[in-house]
Amino acid sequence: MRFDSLLDSLGGTPLVGLPTLSPSSDVRLWAKLEDRNPTGSLKDRAALFMVEAAEKDGLLQPGATLLEPTSGNTGISLAMVASQRGYRLVCVMPQNTSIERRQLLQMWGARIITSPAEGGSNEAVRVAKRLAAEHPDWVMLYQYGNPANARAHYATTGPELLADLPSITHFVAGLGTSGTLVGAGRFLREQVPGIEVVAAEPRYGELVYGLRNVDEGFVPELYDASVLTSRFSVGPRDALRRTRELVESEGIFAGISTGAILHAALAVATRAMRTGRRADIAFVVCDGGWKYLSTGAYSGTLEEAADALHDQLWA
Amino acid sequence: MSIEVQIPTILRGHTEGQKTVPGSGGTLGELLADLEGRHPGLRDRLVEGGGLRRFVNVYLNDEDVRFLGGLETPVAEGDTVTVLPAVAGG
Repeated sequence: MRFDSLLDSLGGTPLVGLPTLSPSSDVRLWAKLEDRNPTGSLKDRAALFMVEAAEKDGLLQPGATLLEPTSGNTGISLAMVASQRGYRLVCVMPQNTSIERRQLLQMWGARIITSPAEGGSNEAVRVAKRLAAEHPDWVMLYQYGNPANARAHYATTGPELLADLPSITHFVAGLGTSGTLVGAGRFLREQVPGIEVVAAEPRYGELVYGLRNVDEGFVPELYDASVLTSRFSVGPRDALRRTRELVESEGIFAGISTGAILHAALAVATRAMRTGRRADIAFVVCDGGWKYLSTGAYSGTLEEAADALHDQLWA
Repeated sequence: MSIEVQIPTILRGHTEGQKTVPGSGGTLGELLADLEGRHPGLRDRLVEGGGLRRFVNVYLNDEDVRFLGGLETPVAEGDTVTVLPAVAGG
């Protein structure tokens, strides 16, 4: 396959079957390999769509500075897109994120402003909003509320899934900004009667929920519960266990959030087996495992690995 | 007969600092009413106008109760109910 540039090669990722982890020939699991995108994650889709939408709206002059709160992948994707389009990028990233994310951001030329670990991404959002007010010339694309984030998945991820798997019965993805689930989920619900759209949400250590009161909580503006049919909370131990199973059984080396998604996908598969329903369950591999090697996710006992992730933003 | 309820840090002022408290009831709504008897004020931090508060998530055995039946979700002995504040990802 030939493309005019790296950005032109975005999307069109493979959908691969899981012959070992699928429970039967009637209940099958399929992995969409989003690590095969230009910077190695699903977020490349949203980053490109958000930048192109801002350009179309006349918000970005040459040399403009973008600002984004991010726990990693969106920042990395935006840094690459910005470098190719001639923009600067400032990322607000929580302190409790892996060293590789920092290294990748710096490699693509982003400036990192670190927000406190306590409060996780909520705190990064708050710091970014304050910086946006202090620097009116910076452009915050704001992945949590930017319709182009969900539109990227409505226009690309969803149609790709349906083309490769017309018999799809379930779509499972991670819940962070809501972009993937709401975008691809809405497309699939419009096209496939009865399809189930399942969210897997990472459950972190207590530090990340370090709010002063419940009303400081955060629900992304893009979130639309009417698109989802169920939502699972997955802790680090289950996420790590499934991440390891995926590489051991199927050879797929994925990041830890993918383990959480696979955990939800397997719960859905078990239910289909119990009720005797045919199921083609497609889930998203958000990124490869490279960025998480330093966390110890792939070696030692599960307990050691889960302890090492305590209070880290692992998804 | 009891259901284990996991309480997040910010609400432990209502549970004398306990991370988990036992409760009983046939639905989530009944369970929260039962807890209110021993932990006054807790229910009000979770429920508003007949539904869950916007920034509160409640999971029954790791599944979000908003997709199961909200406060009418059936609960039973041996279940685990987890309360968490809504936080950002991405």
